[in-house]
Amino acid sequence: MIEDVIPALVDWSRAQFALTAIYHWIFVPLTLGLSFIIALMETIYVRTGNEDWKKLTRFWMTLFGINFAIGVATGLILEFEFGTNWSNYSWFVGDIFGAPLAIEGILAFFLESTFIAVMFFGWNKVSKKFHLASTWLVAIGANLSALWILVANAWMQNPVGMVFNPDTARNEMINFRAVLFNPVAVDKFLHTISSGFLLASLFVLGISSWFLLKKREEWLAKRSILIAAIFGLLSSLLVAFTGDTSARTLAKVQPVKFAAFEALYDGKQDAGLVAFGILKNSEEKKNSKRFKEFLFRIEIPGFLSVMTDGSRDAFVPGINDLIYGNADSTVFPVTERMKRGKIARDLLNNYKTAKIHNEKETAEEIKKIFLEEKFVDEIFRYFGYAFLETPEDAIPNVSIAFYSFHLMVMLGFMFIVVCLIALYLVLRGTIAKNRWFLRIALISIPLAYIASESGWVLAEMGRQPWIIQDLMPVSAAVTRISTGSVMTTFILFALMFTALLIAEVSIMVKQIKTGPKH
Amino acid sequence: MRHLLSYPGRLFRFYYDGFRNMSAWGRRVWIIILIKLFVIFVILKVFFFRDFLKKEYDSDKQRSEYVLDQLTK
Repeated sequence: MIEDVIPALVDWSRAQFALTAIYHWIFVPLTLGLSFIIALMETIYVRTGNEDWKKLTRFWMTLFGINFAIGVATGLILEFEFGTNWSNYSWFVGDIFGAPLAIEGILAFFLESTFIAVMFFGWNKVSKKFHLASTWLVAIGANLSALWILVANAWMQNPVGMVFNPDTARNEMINFRAVLFNPVAVDKFLHTISSGFLLASLFVLGISSWFLLKKREEWLAKRSILIAAIFGLLSSLLVAFTGDTSARTLAKVQPVKFAAFEALYDGKQDAGLVAFGILKNSEEKKNSKRFKEFLFRIEIPGFLSVMTDGSRDAFVPGINDLIYGNADSTVFPVTERMKRGKIARDLLNNYKTAKIHNEKETAEEIKKIFLEEKFVDEIFRYFGYAFLETPEDAIPNVSIAFYSFHLMVMLGFMFIVVCLIALYLVLRGTIAKNRWFLRIALISIPLAYIASESGWVLAEMGRQPWIIQDLMPVSAAVTRISTGSVMTTFILFALMFTALLIAEVSIMVKQIKTGPKH
Repeated sequence: MRHLLSYPGRLFRFYYDGFRNMSAWGRRVWIIILIKLFVIFVILKVFFFRDFLKKEYDSDKQRSEYVLDQLTK
């Protein structure tokens, strides 16, 4: 079946989804974080009654509104793509995605039609406290809305809480709690929203720095920097902490991704964490997969083992261990997983045949096997491996995983320093004089977006070939439509998204240049 | 009771005034939203992004059989 899927179709379908997701993610983190920063500013206004704080709140609310409006509904295109380009996957996922996405849809609808309207239309029309409550509800609602999307995404990274029904060819949720409290979902939610808080803080910090560079709106800029630096510093520490817990979880549920982002081929105890490195192609090549090696690296000794299991003695399996097996660890080779996956697929085929020939008893017997815990844990969980042609197909693109991870981490640490310096300078009252720092703060805005997008590149590219970890590879998930039509929509999207992005940036720049008017 | 009956009217007035007194940037942004929604729901959804399984098959049973076939070929 998979052999007849044109690789170009899979690649273009993936490229199209990646383009849409990357574009959608330009808007989301700013909404997540800026909503809370605005709520904090408005709280100060309501508590102090100082009209300058109201002016400041309304200025940032304008930028929030532009970002929110241009970004709204861009996520819907991803759902269209599921139905058109990933139909096997959409069907196979069953109701797992349905519940979280429905909750998200309802939440977003009520949030957008009510509280956002109060936020923008309600000044001087509703009481100060009701307006403030609406602003906080928008912030909380936007972040809760993100929770459901991330729960759905986390299930793809670590499928839990379901059984596969061979009759419908769908997964059915049997434990909503397991899906909601999936360890990947918890880590992903906390890491994602805290990174959104940090990005928004750097956005406020950067634009305020621009005002100081232009010697304009000094009061607004300094107060905004104070809020952004405190909020940003706390968020950046939370990002680092949740990043660490995410990595620990990843080491357990997606060990190949974990090994890939460190370009660790041979597992070891006392494994070091690469702080900085450059990769090159190695001489080693198996089944057309070119391996990588380091041209240069700076390593923190033992840290990767500590990250994995809290001890330098912990064995961290490398890509070779995970693909070809390792007698010293509990990892068994991909060939064994492929064998188990094929057993599951053959059984499913037998079920299909029994149904076609109306052999009800046989079909019922097979259906019972699919519900047995032992079968699910030991055989069906490797169903996706049946579609792989060689063990090396289970290796993601190591260079992309490695560079996206290290870029994200390096920028993350840089942002902690930027927030610390901003807080120090603003409290000393010397921030306006330190023009070098103001320029760094301004440059931090695009860097924050690069770090945020890199995180998603790592999360999604690092888990290849899987669309659902171990259960379904992208090649089995894609709809058999013409590659040409996917290319057409890709180009259409690229044009539409570019136009929307230009529109947003130009409206936003104009508003920033205008400054607070109220 | 009278107060409750007047609620929809007040709500309508709230949105009406809000849109009427919208700032220049607000108007620009709303134009973009409407164009975007038109492109997404009328052009993309109708002409480019029809649900493959819904378009090709009439019932869930047929859709299940198709996917089962795809997964076991």
